[in-house]
Amino acid sequence: MAKINVTMTVNGEEVSGLAEPRTLLVHFIRETLNLTGTHIGCETSHCGACTIDLDGVSVKSCTRFAVQAEGSHIRTIEGIAHADGTLHQLQESFRQMHGLQCGYCTPGMILRAWRLLQENPRPSEDEIRHGISGNLCRCTGYQNIVKSIQHAAAALNGETFAEAAQ
Amino acid sequence: MNDMTPTREAREAKLEGMGCKRKRVEDVRFTQGRGNYVDDIKLPAMLYGDMVRSSYAHARVKRIDTSKAEKVPGVVAVITAETLKTVNLAWMPTLAGDVQMVLADGKVLFQNQEVAFVVATSLQAAADGVELVEVDYEELPVIVDPFKSMAADAPVLREDLAGKTEGAHGKRDHHNHIFKWQVGDKPLTDEAFNRADVKIDELISYHRTHPSPLETCQCVASFDKIKGELTLWGTFQAPHVIRTVVSLISKLPEHKIHVIAPDVGGGFGNKVGAYSGYVCAVVASIVTGRPVKWVEDRMENLSTTSFARDYHMRTEIAATKDGKVTGLRVHILADHGAFDACADPSKWPAGFSNIITGSYDFPVAHLCVDGVYTNKAPGGVAYRCSFRVTEAAYAIERGMDILAQKLGMDPAELRLKNFIKREQFPYQSALGWEYDSGDYHTALNKALVAVDYAGLRAEQKAKREAFKRGETREIMGLGICFFTEIVGAGPSKNCDILGLAMFDSCEIRIHPTGSAIARVGTKSTGQGHETTWAQIIASEIGIAASEIMVEEGNTDTAPYGLGTYGSRSTPVAGAAIAMASRKIKAKAQMIAAWLLEVHEDDLVFDIDRFQVKGVPERYKTMTDIAWVAYHSPPPGMEPGLEAVSYYDPPNMTYPFGAYICVMDIDVDTGVAKTRRFYALDDCGTRINPMIIEGQVHGGLTEAFAISMGQEIRYDEMGNVMGASFMDFFLPTAVETPHWETDHTVTPSPHHPIGAKGVGESPNVGGVPAFSNAVNDAFSFLGSTHIQMPHDAWRLWKVAEKLGVTG
Ligand code: FES
Ligand code: FES
Repeated sequence: MAKINVTMTVNGEEVSGLAEPRTLLVHFIRETLNLTGTHIGCETSHCGACTIDLDGVSVKSCTRFAVQAEGSHIRTIEGIAHADGTLHQLQESFRQMHGLQCGYCTPGMILRAWRLLQENPRPSEDEIRHGISGNLCRCTGYQNIVKSIQHAAAALNGETFAEAAQ
Repeated sequence: MNDMTPTREAREAKLEGMGCKRKRVEDVRFTQGRGNYVDDIKLPAMLYGDMVRSSYAHARVKRIDTSKAEKVPGVVAVITAETLKTVNLAWMPTLAGDVQMVLADGKVLFQNQEVAFVVATSLQAAADGVELVEVDYEELPVIVDPFKSMAADAPVLREDLAGKTEGAHGKRDHHNHIFKWQVGDKPLTDEAFNRADVKIDELISYHRTHPSPLETCQCVASFDKIKGELTLWGTFQAPHVIRTVVSLISKLPEHKIHVIAPDVGGGFGNKVGAYSGYVCAVVASIVTGRPVKWVEDRMENLSTTSFARDYHMRTEIAATKDGKVTGLRVHILADHGAFDACADPSKWPAGFSNIITGSYDFPVAHLCVDGVYTNKAPGGVAYRCSFRVTEAAYAIERGMDILAQKLGMDPAELRLKNFIKREQFPYQSALGWEYDSGDYHTALNKALVAVDYAGLRAEQKAKREAFKRGETREIMGLGICFFTEIVGAGPSKNCDILGLAMFDSCEIRIHPTGSAIARVGTKSTGQGHETTWAQIIASEIGIAASEIMVEEGNTDTAPYGLGTYGSRSTPVAGAAIAMASRKIKAKAQMIAAWLLEVHEDDLVFDIDRFQVKGVPERYKTMTDIAWVAYHSPPPGMEPGLEAVSYYDPPNMTYPFGAYICVMDIDVDTGVAKTRRFYALDDCGTRINPMIIEGQVHGGLTEAFAISMGQEIRYDEMGNVMGASFMDFFLPTAVETPHWETDHTVTPSPHHPIGAKGVGESPNVGGVPAFSNAVNDAFSFLGSTHIQMPHDAWRLWKVAEKLGVTG
């Protein structure tokens, strides 16, 4: 099948590559750009392991073709840490609050949370649970993921995180 | 001179040893997308494999035409059973003593069975090739209901077994029979039933489901023709076993096989077995001389690589009228699918299902299990539980509730009345196990107080009255489960896989500057071994956990181990780690004695050092000792500081727990809301409470999924229904309840550090707790037992049948 040249900005850098019209964006990111932090759990838009940020919204990258991303601005897990290499608060908070186990859902979860906290810097527990409901995790039971996001939100707002009593 | 400034507390804190909520070292790479999972591996000239699969559940394969597929640009090879026959690999042995087709050989026996393997230069070309492989089928009659499997006129599924009246586990009674397995004293049990005041008799089914880790099964095989070596990266929970299996079936010498399990994205039992895709990738790499990657998609994962449960348990309990149990009699019909590919230790065709007497002091019991073939996917893996333990726990915990209902007794009271008492441990169960330790009364009483059980029952009573008066459409259920697990397989006297004793291993090397590397025969799939194993060593030998690197999964470097499943890592490998540490400590003590010019017995170990008894200012730290071991060891002593331990456990471990679920169900919609879920676990000594809590949350969420909706269902044609995340219920953050965790600590007396293992307890205990809550809610309306899964539609049907829908 003929290939088309696609150009996009990924993690602040302009990149281009060849893709068949049917190539999924997630495959382009992983196979052509070699950014393997974005994972695949289903390829049917259910699990959210492939979540990236595309032009200011969370997108499941198995739901788009690479050619549809022409000219777009994308952020993946590899572009979440600060320019000086220090970790983003969400990355730190997931570690502090034990928000991950096998780590397979984690990049997608963090990318989703990253956008969520920009949409809603002070989300309630319920808003977080709904906000990440497109992302499945098989290991953690979500409770510590929710806590990680609350922890990050508090830190980003300059507040101290008060753990809700059980 | 010796510096006394850091306090003991500071030294202790620096170690981050056992009992500490150490943050995970794995997270640093995982949170940055720098994990290295199988699908992240990319080798020069690598090819991609994709499977052609059967659309029928039972059919004769008349013809496979690969010619069109072979012409697709990018397709390099198409492998069929005929290709595999040239290397004698059309069939492979299973872990359960059966054989299994790698690719369809003459017929197919379940839908989506592997038929041909297309290898191409890209994922897309491979998929195009799959589309163009033409297969002619002739349909055959299908069996999906295990109860029809052994009918006299049932179609013959396994023609390859024709005339074989003996299977791997004894006599076969029918052409679709796999084994009969019995344990316990039948005459005595029958007698107890004859004398019983009260009896229950219920068919308790545990439906078919699937572990479904977020990362599917996958591998990359790379055969180097020049060296004659095979490197196989894969999602393996037991990499060493895979190496031995590959060697046995491929005839490649074992030292020329390098198996590597890199980061694995969850396992839950799914990644224990050896699957067709692995064999095909290996053969394809040998045939093409290029590396071959095989990654199953989600549909393939849910419908082919292993299933779990599908146990149908006729459960009978005999009791006195005041509620003392006097006998347990269970018959299990086990649906194993088309091939018996259960991942159980060899001598245990029905796993450890004889833990079915649970936490109760049954004087007599009898268990009989019949395994049968059907036209469904093979598997029968231990999905986040020890072998068949969740099935057993479900049957006994439902059974006890049904008995309580029949006796008109409170289910908590019935349990307290029949528990094995603390002073009875070590306890010999009627079905042959020796329970190591337990304190069940303390645990359940603590749980009852924590949730205000009496208050909840009073509330339930009031709500039932209100329901009867028509003031509410909601019913309330209280589900109790008190489970006893059996994990840590296992002692070589009764546990092996393919003849390999189920020990585990650890090798520790202390470096001259006092840091260390530990290699272990297990393989973390999310449990955080890199973090917790270092904590055990830190406490044992006094080197800070942060200075210990833990490595697993590479069969070239790690000592042989049987891997991670059945909650065996902590009970078996955790013990090996402690024992290897102790060997190092013993040598370190000799060095310290020589340096301090005292007798070894005059030294005491204190956190991170050996010090002279009564003279704490005279000491040598482990760092001092490590340097000396490499620089100037005592005369006559070998230099270096390292040790290896292979640990063969003397017994299993028996974690237990008390779970309570409070649920409200709307009878008009069938929607069940978990108001509260309290989980008390006793896993013996606790290595990292943060990780334990995380394991419990995860296991409970899987229990919630299984009991409340998750199912692999087949229609009567053998079509697998819902092998996608659209239909297979995986709860999101919205449905998942909030979990309350608690614990008691009853160490295992035979384990070097007293730990019992915890990862699977919440799944084992969670499922009965949810199901008991549902059943308890409906019980006052005259219902005795409702089969799982309890999704809204099914619960609404129950309500409708009971005549209470609006
Ligand atoms: S891989 Fe994209 S949603 Fe699952
Ligand atoms: S941490 Fe394993 S899937 Fe979320």
